[in-house]
Order: sequence, then C-alpha cells, then structure tokens
Amino acid sequence: MNRDQINKQLNKLPTHAIVILTMVIWAVPTLGLLVTSLRPPEAVGSSGWWTAFTTQRTAGPYETYCAECHGTDRKALPQADLTNPELIAKYSRSLQLLALLRQDINGQPHMGNMPLPTAQEAADIASYLRDDDQANSRFTLNNYIDALVGYRGRSSYTADCEAGTQPPDLKCNLSDILNPRGMGRAFINSLFVTLPATFIPILFAAFAGYAFAWLDFKGRFLLFALLVGLQVVPLQMTLVPISRFYAQTGLNGTFLGVWLFHTGFGMPYAIYLMRNFLGTLPRDLFESAYLDGATHWTVFRQLVVPLAMPAIASLGIFQFLWVWNDLLVALVFLGGTTPVMTYQISNMVTSLGSGWQVLTAAAFLSMLLPMIVFFSLQRYFVRGLLAGSVKG
Amino acid sequence: MAASQANSNIGMSGKRKRKQASPNPPVPQIMKQGAFVPWLYLLPALAVMTFFIVYPMINTIGLSFMNSDGTASAATTCRDGQPCWGVFENYRYALTDEFNTSSPAALWKSFWSSSYGNTIKWIVVMVFGTVTVGLAFAVLADRVKYEALAKAVLFMPMAISFVGAGVIWKFVYDYGTSQTQIGLLNSIITSLGGRPVAWLSTIPINTFMIVIVGIWIWSGFCMTILAAALKSVPDEIIEAARVDGAAEWTVFWKIIVPIILPTITVVVTTMVINVLKLFDLVYVMTGGNFKTDVIANRMYTEMYKNFNVGRGTAVAVILVVAIIPFIYLNIKRFLEQEASR
Repeated sequence: MNRDQINKQLNKLPTHAIVILTMVIWAVPTLGLLVTSLRPPEAVGSSGWWTAFTTQRTAGPYETYCAECHGTDRKALPQADLTNPELIAKYSRSLQLLALLRQDINGQPHMGNMPLPTAQEAADIASYLRDDDQANSRFTLNNYIDALVGYRGRSSYTADCEAGTQPPDLKCNLSDILNPRGMGRAFINSLFVTLPATFIPILFAAFAGYAFAWLDFKGRFLLFALLVGLQVVPLQMTLVPISRFYAQTGLNGTFLGVWLFHTGFGMPYAIYLMRNFLGTLPRDLFESAYLDGATHWTVFRQLVVPLAMPAIASLGIFQFLWVWNDLLVALVFLGGTTPVMTYQISNMVTSLGSGWQVLTAAAFLSMLLPMIVFFSLQRYFVRGLLAGSVKG
Repeated sequence: MAASQANSNIGMSGKRKRKQASPNPPVPQIMKQGAFVPWLYLLPALAVMTFFIVYPMINTIGLSFMNSDGTASAATTCRDGQPCWGVFENYRYALTDEFNTSSPAALWKSFWSSSYGNTIKWIVVMVFGTVTVGLAFAVLADRVKYEALAKAVLFMPMAISFVGAGVIWKFVYDYGTSQTQIGLLNSIITSLGGRPVAWLSTIPINTFMIVIVGIWIWSGFCMTILAAALKSVPDEIIEAARVDGAAEWTVFWKIIVPIILPTITVVVTTMVINVLKLFDLVYVMTGGNFKTDVIANRMYTEMYKNFNVGRGTAVAVILVVAIIPFIYLNIKRFLEQEASR
C-alpha cells in the first residue's frame, strides 16, 4: 500500500464511521426486541436486555452475601431452610428479597455489617435459590408459547399446565393455539385477511391496467388522471360511511368486508402501477396477436399476465405488507371479534395486561412473515417503490 | 408517486427499451373491438373504487353537517349560551375546541399542544428528518463496499408495522423504577450520571420522541428513492466539476442537489401526505394522551371512542382539505410526465 492509498482510506474513515453508526442505531432497537422476547420474565423485569450476554447467573452473589450464615447447602440456619420452595417462592422478586434483608432478625440487622446486595444481585440470589433451570437459563422460548396461546397469568403456560393451574380459557392441549386471545389465532386471522386482500386487487388491477394501456375508450385519459388523484385520498375519509353500511348489512366483523375495503383502497395505486408497466410492453406483440385473430381475453391471459409478472410481484409485496401491517382497517371493521396480529398487539400495549417479555414475543411473531417476504423479494419491493408509492 | 416519474430512466419501466413512444397512444384500428369490451375490463375496478372511495367521500362530507348519529342537522346540537356555527357546528368543534382563546398567549400555547400544532410539528420534523437521513445515507453508503447491507438495514423498518415499531420504541423509551432502567435510552442516560426521563409522558418532548420513530421507519423509503436519483446523475458532470477543482461539498450542493431536486420534491410531498394520514404510531404509543394527539388519531377518537359521527367526519374532511393541494400536485405532475413521454 502506498501513501496515496493509505490517505484515501483515511479520508474514508468519517464516512465509514457515520454509515456504521447509523446502521447500529437503526438495528439496535429491533435487536433489543428480539433479545427481550427470548429472556425469562424475571430477567426482563430486573435488567436491561443488553446484559443478557454478559451477566452470569451463578452462585456468586449468594456466596458473597449469604453462604456465611446459610451455608453452601442453604440449610445452615434451621429456621430458614432455603431449599424449601414455598419459602423461596415468597422472594421471587428482587424487591421482596431486599425488603426481607432490610428487616432485623432477633433485633440484629439481617446482614450484619455487610452492605446490602444491589437489585441485580438480589435478583440473581433469588433465581439461584429457586434453583430451577427455567429461571437460571439465559434464554427461553416460553414467551413465544405464552404469546401464541394468549397466556396472561403470572407464571408461564408450560409451568401452569404442568401444575394444572392454567387459566380457565386454556385447556393445555393443541386447541389452545386457537385461543381468541392468542397470537396463534391472530396469525391465522391475519393470513385469512391478507391473502385474498392481496390477490383480488391484483386481479382487478390487471384487468383495468390492460384496458388503460391497450384498449381504446372514451374518457380514458380523464379517468386515469382522476385515478392518480384518488391515490392520496386518506383512508379516514371513507371509514365512517363504510362502517355504517357494514353495520346495516351485517358485513361488520367479516373477512369479506375487509377484503372488499382493502381492494377498493388498493385499487388506484395498483392500476397506476399496472398500466405504466403494461404500457411499456412492445406494441408489435399485441398487434401481431390481434392480427392472428386473438381475442382480448386470450391476449390478456396468454400475453399480459405472464409478461406482467414483475409488476404483479411488486404489487403483491406492497399490498401484502400494507394489509398485514394495517391497524386502522382491522380495528374498525374486525375489532375484537376476529382479531388480527396488529390488533392483538395494540391491545396488549394499551391494556398493559402482560409483561414486556410476552409483548416483545408477540411483536416479533407479527414481524416474522413480513420480514421473510421482504428480504426474499426485496428487489421487487424496491422496484415497486420506485414506480410510485403513495397509498391510502 | 415516486421517483420513476422524476427519473424515468430508473425503476421497472426503465429497464425496457420502449418501442412505443407513449403508453397513451392512439390505439391502432385493429385493437378496437367495439365500445363495450374495454368497460368489461374496467368494471370490477371501477365498481369497488366508486363504492369504497368516491361514494363514501361524498357521504362523509354530508355526515359532517349532521349530529352525533347522523340523524339530524348539526345545528340541533348547539346549546344555548354557547358559541354556535349552525350547520357548521361540527367544524366549530373540530377547529376551535382544542384552543384556549382567553388571550393571544394562551391561544398560541394551546395551538401548539393541539392536534393541529402537533401535526405541523410532525410534518416539519419528520419530513426534514427522513429526507436528511435518507439523502445523507444514500450519498455515504454509495462510497462503501457494504452498500447493499447498509441499505438493507436502514430499509428494514419498512417491513415492520407501525404497531410493531411502536412496541420496539416504547421499550427503548421505557421509564423504569428508581433501581433499574430496562429501557435502553434511560439506561444510557443514568450510566452517564443523568436522571431518567419519562419520554412518552413529558410534554413537549414526547411528541418529538414519537416523531423519531416515524423517522426510523420512513428514512429507508426516502433513501431508496433518492439513491436511485443519485445514480442517475451523469458521472461526467461530477467528474468535470472535480477536475475544475470543486470541493466535494460544493459538488454536492451546487451540482447534485439541483439535478435531483425534482425527486426531492416528490419525496417531500409523499412524506407530507404520509404524515398527515399517520395514525397507528400515536395510537399505540400514547393513544393521543399527554398532548401528543394528531389530526388522524383525533378522527378515530371522535368516531370510534366518542361515537360521534358528525364530529368524526368533520375532522376527516379537514384532513382531506389539507391533502387536496397534494392531490392537485399529483395530477399535475402526472400530466407533465405524460406530456414529456
């Protein structure tokens, strides 16, 4: 490497620093979500997720603070048998344990001259005393199970089922995955909403896009210009009359109602994209097909649909992500009767019914499918984005 | 409406060499198959759009002059001794209720904590933030070898729902107990010796904390479109400027920015529309409490929490009026682009 090259690399250092710093800022919040969703509840509540990789849950704090009196077998004092699970269960949280340590024993300070352990150390002592693998392990999949079945108790679904103390709405068999409060059911509902709400608009848009690009009719240009304007109409503008209409016709809370609504709203952008794409196909292709006597229907099926696949892919991803991630439409038209994933999570956030560990697991579950779709088909997504992307 | 309109040489239409000058040409005689067939192809699309967009829009305007359940004129909801705008009563409520008009100072203060003031804060900060981050990152990532990875990381939040993003950032902003901070931001602050802050309930910073989430989500979008525009800037021009001794900074501001200005305009208008319609983030993170309400969330609150059809639709109409200039811009740009094809 000569001097010029070194200089060049040095000049690039600030660029690297800014780019990498931005990447870190962008990635860390999501990483925190993922790590938290895999940690046991006690750990989530008592320490930051970034400590999950560093903090050792060993007997260390116990050895430091307690072993002198309670012994390594935790039984030295007969009146405080620390192997008794019922006794230990009282001090499941660091706060409870610390409160105990602050109390006097026989008129003497519990800890003698020793300083009190910190909250973190107290939590470690508590989990060491519980001596169960669940609490001592750094990571667990229990939060995902709890989220999937909609468990909202104080322990965990698996533990409760083993002890037979599960909440009344859970049966501890496979049917729990369909519990209306759980993310498993919501996942199925989301799929049920999203797939048709992606497919129908693409089909309708392909029809209309073909007409706008290759058929002649009166008012073609005017109608298309109008459509361009409709692309930015906010969803909020149409919610009220539609929900009133749905309430009258019984479409409220039905999948059909949501499919139709998403189809209507996806249409202007979808047609716009389709027409612009189809318009770039070579004219000779269509001319020779018509000369050979092909009907419009044949041309549509055998020429347009296969050739429009890239546009259909872009549109498909867009519509899929849009519908899957939508909250407002699901909130208004489906609500709690057929909860989808976004609805379920927003409910967990606002009602604060469950801890961070279940909430983060639920959020990650909802992000899983869009992430897979997104990263495997990113190319088409970017293309669709570049071809125009304002959406109701 | 994004960049390919401003840069017709990129995106899906750009890869193909057009044999045909315009997608809206006089259609050749042989393709005409009567006046009826085209409408068959248009029918499904036009039907759903008419029913789900056009008709409800008109209906919404009508309902905004009605009472809370749409059965009588809004004028009937006026109370004696209270200000009243007759049939425009819902608009009086929507436009003035959040304001304290006792003095100009109080009005100024209440405006900036109202849904209107907050929406303006959102527009200014979020549009500036996303475009700045997007443009800076597009320029810088272009110069490193791991460009694809870097862009994918910035772009990833686009795949996450607003609800998911709300959970992610609520956790970052978490305001813990006095002993432990499990929220990343407060933990950093306390480890530097500062005091933890309740980010989402401290007025007025809470609105900006939610805007940051918006910037986190949408920067990737701006970056992608601006990066495509940057790639379309001819290298010769930049090289020529460098040969003439122009500094990188000058090249960027005096050459690159003017060339991609049309795309920047497109991105800015798109972002303004997105911000105006944004509802989910505020709904999930604060529910519009602690003076973080925005117009789009207020519409939801009036309609589906207070069950007041008239007021809800009046807020929706105000929202659409704010968007009308962009509908106009959208059509205008489309016409220009069609003319230049």
